[in-house]
Amino acid sequence: MKALGAAVVAVAVLVVLPAFPAVLSSYAVSILTLIFFYGFLGQAWNLVGGYAGQLSAGHAAFVGVGAYTAAVLFERFGITPWLGMFVGGALAAALGGVIGYLGFRFGLRGFYFVLLTVAFAEVCRIVASNTDAVGGALGFYITFTGNPRHFQFQDPRAHYYIALALMLVATGVAWLVERHRFGIYLGAIREDETAAEALGVDIFRYKLYAMVLSSFLTGIGGTFYAFYLLSLQPGSVFGIPLSVEIIIRPIVGGAGTLLGPILGSFILTPLGEVSRAWFGQGGYHGAHLIVYGALLIGVVLFLPQGAYPYLARLFRRAQ
Amino acid sequence: MAVGLTLIFGVMRVVNFAHGDMMVWGMYLAFVFATKAGVDPYVSFPLCAAALFVLGVVVQRGLVDRIVDAPHEMQILLMLGVALVLENAALLVFGPEPARVRSALTRETVWLGPLFIDVARLVTFGVAVLLTGLLSLFLFRTSIGRTIRAAADNTYGARVIGVDVRRVYAVAFGVGAACVGAAGALTAPIVPFQPTYGLTASVASFNIVIIGGMGSLLGAFLGGLLVSVAESLGAVFLRPSLKELVSFSLLIVILLFRPAGLFGRRAG
Repeated sequence: MKALGAAVVAVAVLVVLPAFPAVLSSYAVSILTLIFFYGFLGQAWNLVGGYAGQLSAGHAAFVGVGAYTAAVLFERFGITPWLGMFVGGALAAALGGVIGYLGFRFGLRGFYFVLLTVAFAEVCRIVASNTDAVGGALGFYITFTGNPRHFQFQDPRAHYYIALALMLVATGVAWLVERHRFGIYLGAIREDETAAEALGVDIFRYKLYAMVLSSFLTGIGGTFYAFYLLSLQPGSVFGIPLSVEIIIRPIVGGAGTLLGPILGSFILTPLGEVSRAWFGQGGYHGAHLIVYGALLIGVVLFLPQGAYPYLARLFRRAQ
Repeated sequence: MAVGLTLIFGVMRVVNFAHGDMMVWGMYLAFVFATKAGVDPYVSFPLCAAALFVLGVVVQRGLVDRIVDAPHEMQILLMLGVALVLENAALLVFGPEPARVRSALTRETVWLGPLFIDVARLVTFGVAVLLTGLLSLFLFRTSIGRTIRAAADNTYGARVIGVDVRRVYAVAFGVGAACVGAAGALTAPIVPFQPTYGLTASVASFNIVIIGGMGSLLGAFLGGLLVSVAESLGAVFLRPSLKELVSFSLLIVILLFRPAGLFGRRAG
């Protein structure tokens, strides 16, 4: 049965998802693009927040660093974002390394680690909005060339395929992590750090690895973000609201599971878009978050492991 | 308001991410009283505090109580959900425009030595000091205050000697929320506010509580002073827009080297 399930998923991924843009409206394609992109960010967060159980609430910092790096390299030095995304990812990984090193070396757990990550993201936001070289508080704008070599596309379907590829790559990384010793160590750390340490797991090292890997992927996501929107505002790429968007999908879908972040994104992104459109008509921008908040409360109270483990259990019972 | 947060955290080890949003609701209640009934915020603040007390008890009884033994992360997420709901409910009800409450006192000013200061700020500061004093009296001199501290020190022990811990939690959460409500109503005449202010306020009060020390009333109060002085100095010597940088850097340093805060007794 398990093989059959995997085969169904594989067929869906290989045939159905790539074929969607040919049949769906451009609005649906743009929503799917967002689903994949947030699924990707959620999956990247999942490595450290889900598997390792280190609740980072500052992942927007890595999006911002990746986005600004690639954008500035492109605008000021003419370096193609196809390279810039890896530079951005590397810088984000460096930042993740610093945050992880400090947080884990000083043994910050739970709420204290959350605050540390928030504080670093806020520092990044304030620095970016006070650095005139990157546009300051007004933001940074990328000139539209429409040239695929510049990571820019006339056809929005290109973004769809890139986002899909990003999500699949991140899921592949998570799959590898899950299957290797590394993932088992992370799970042990999540369940009981002290016990893991007592059993000889180098918890500092593996938490740091998870953080660096996660921030690298998130930084690459930042490049996509920058060249999808073509404008960067410090408040939106470094802000706490983006961090919340990143966290909430894997939590709702199931943190620390392979498909949880993707499921979460398929649930939340359309919900967010629909309620955004609905509330937006009355001029109440941002009020869609009320739906997120209610869902988050419900999940914490009734499905603390997220939707995916619950559905998986239902599915198994049905058989 | 940091005082309210430190009470909730100190007693229950629950991180209240909805703190700033509760404060914003306090501000808007003062706003409603002032615009609809013409009541000055300096008169209506006990009403706002009472309303927030009820909200706090409801949130505690209805939501937090169910998961008080769950891992810390779940509580953070739960309160984040509550924060999102409260903030955006305020957005729906009151709209995104900044609001401001007029009080008769904001137009009066006095010379205080070499300083020119408006009476409203003085009164707000005075009432804040008074409330902090009353709260410590409540915690140290009344029997319910003693049980709150007992439950904070050792939940299991308190239960053994017959304390209704659930009730104590509800009261502590309510009193914490009431402090925030009062703080909101008292600051409403001084600063313009809007629904999104809640998040900023939450983060700012976490700053203050961490820097001052978790679970210490005096620490929360001194932390508040320290953070505002540091931010003002940052605004003067660097750039006004960099003032938050000072408090966040301070926060990072304190988190790493003194996670219990400057005046706290222990790390959480």
